[in-house]
Parts: sequence; C-alpha cells; structure tokens
Amino acid sequence: MITNKCLLLILTMLCLGFSLAHAKTTDLYQFATPNQHQRFHKLTFELRCLVCQNQNLADSEAPLAKDLRQQVATKIRQGQTDKQIIDYLVKRYGDFILFKPPLLRITFLLWFGPFILALASIIILLYSIRKKPKQQALTQDDQARLNQLLKPSHKD
Amino acid sequence: MKQKLKVLGFFSPLIIFIIMVLFFWRGLGLDPHAVPSALINTPTPGFNLNRLEQPGVKLNNKIFKGQVSLLNVWATWCVSCADEHPVLIDIAHSKVVPIYGLDYKDNRQDALSWLKRYGNPYRAIGFDHNGSVAINWGVYGTPETFIIDKEGKIRYKQIGPITTEVWQQKLLPIVKQLQRDS
Repeated sequence: MITNKCLLLILTMLCLGFSLAHAKTTDLYQFATPNQHQRFHKLTFELRCLVCQNQNLADSEAPLAKDLRQQVATKIRQGQTDKQIIDYLVKRYGDFILFKPPLLRITFLLWFGPFILALASIIILLYSIRKKPKQQALTQDDQARLNQLLKPSHKD
Repeated sequence: MKQKLKVLGFFSPLIIFIIMVLFFWRGLGLDPHAVPSALINTPTPGFNLNRLEQPGVKLNNKIFKGQVSLLNVWATWCVSCADEHPVLIDIAHSKVVPIYGLDYKDNRQDALSWLKRYGNPYRAIGFDHNGSVAINWGVYGTPETFIIDKEGKIRYKQIGPITTEVWQQKLLPIVKQLQRDS
C-alpha cells in the first residue's frame, strides 16, 4: 500500500533528480569568481555544438562538446577575454560555431531577408487592393434580367 | 506597355516556380551537416605529438613541408574509419602521396593492434590522446582527411570516409594538381 509519506518521498526524490540533472554541465567547472562562472555560462550557451548542431555547447553531451567546454573553461581561468575565446574557436571551426551569424555582406540577406520580403509583400498587397476595377453600370437589359432573377421564387 | 505587364503577370507564378526549383535542386543536393574547414589556404596548425609507434619520438609540422601529403584523422572506435581503411591501404600502395595519421582520442594498445590486424597505410602517426591537436585542426568528427601542399598549407578537407569514387574524382585530381605546382 503506498502511503502519503511514501508518495511524498518519491516526489521529493524526483524533484531532486531533475534539478541535479540540470546542474550537470555548469557546476562541474570550478571558477574563482562568479563573474567567470557567468561568462562560461554565457559563452557555452551562444556556441554551437558541431556534432549535435541544434544544441549549444552547454547542453550537448557529445565528446567534442565536452572537450570544447573544457577549452573555454581553461581559457577563462587563464584570463582570456570573451572575444579572444570566440576568435580562437571561429578560427578553427568557422562562423558556424556561433549561433548568431556575424553581420557581414554575405549574411546581409540572412539577417534582413525576411523583413525585406514582408515589406515587399505588404507593398504588393496594398497596390493590388488600390487597383480594384470600377464597377460598371449595368445596361438596361441586364438590369431587367437581374431584377427577374432576384424576384423571390413562388415555388416553395 | 500594359499588355506586356499583363503577360509578365500571367507568367510570374511559373517564373517564381522555376526559380524555386533551381534553388531546391541546388540546396537539397548539399549536406547541411557538413561544416567546411575554416583553415583552407592557411598553414597547418601545430602538430606536436608523440608518434603512436614510438612513444618517445616526437612529430611536428616539418613533416608537411617539401611534398604534397595527406593527414588522415582516425580512431579504432570509429566505424567509418574501418570502412575507408582499405582505400587508404590502396593509396599507400600506389605511392602517389604519403599519408600521415592522427590517431584521435584512442587507446595506444588498441590502435597498434588494429593497425597490425588491418594494415598500416601511414608514413607516421601522431597520437592525439586528449584530442587537443585535433581541435587546432578544426576536427569535429572522424574520419576527416586534409590535403596539404608542398609549402605546408591546408588546401582541402574531406569530411567523412574516402571511397574509391571520392578518391578518383575529388581528391586525386587535387593532389596531382598540387604536385604539378612548384
């Protein structure tokens, strides 16, 4: 028989389990100051895992992600700046390792394409609405036909 | 003029469709998972490793100077590497270009047994136990193979196993071209 106490115990263990699982990545790395810890968190969230390419370095369990997290942590402890760390990784893996692609001429369409398309669509839409053709007046014959057709039917 | 615009308007869905077909044709033929190397046309990154076969002996970037060479990143735990291995053996036998190896995050004993069993196509192998040298080369999976020119610059990176087709149609022409360049 599962008592209330038992249920409470199971629930508590589940909650603890979930919170520990979430703490897995960032708490494995020790830093001297909370600022370093914050930088590590920020960097690993903004860098892509190249193996599981929809995940960031913080969440991925891939061996390469673990290695790169290690590299980032070591460099933070060595006193390197965020820019230096990012440059180090981009030099080896290219811009793809950043989740936010840099704003270059080649990525201009990537960044602004959707907005340009939306704007163009709105303009075309407004233009075609404005251009609605004028209603032509019906000729007398056509008007008579129309009246005939619109008369309420006597067949019920 | 209005007539021309009307005709254009009539054909615009077809034109848009054709443009889309072209984009899809090109786009769906690409591999979205492949990350092209950021190190093309740059000098080879650091390669200071102990030799797999002789732990006390060190290798460095000097091995890449003076001739066109291949660097193949492999491991015994990598299944695709086993698939491409016979092709590497063939390339080594043909003596067209030397192949250097980077044993990535492997166990030394396992690697030596593996090579004894399946053959050793490598002129020399660097043992990268923790994978740090591989990170310098922008390696994100195995196998990967770099084509390096006579001056020690990376000129091409093959992502994934080398098949006979890939060798004949993609890599061998590049190697031959680089060997012709002075």
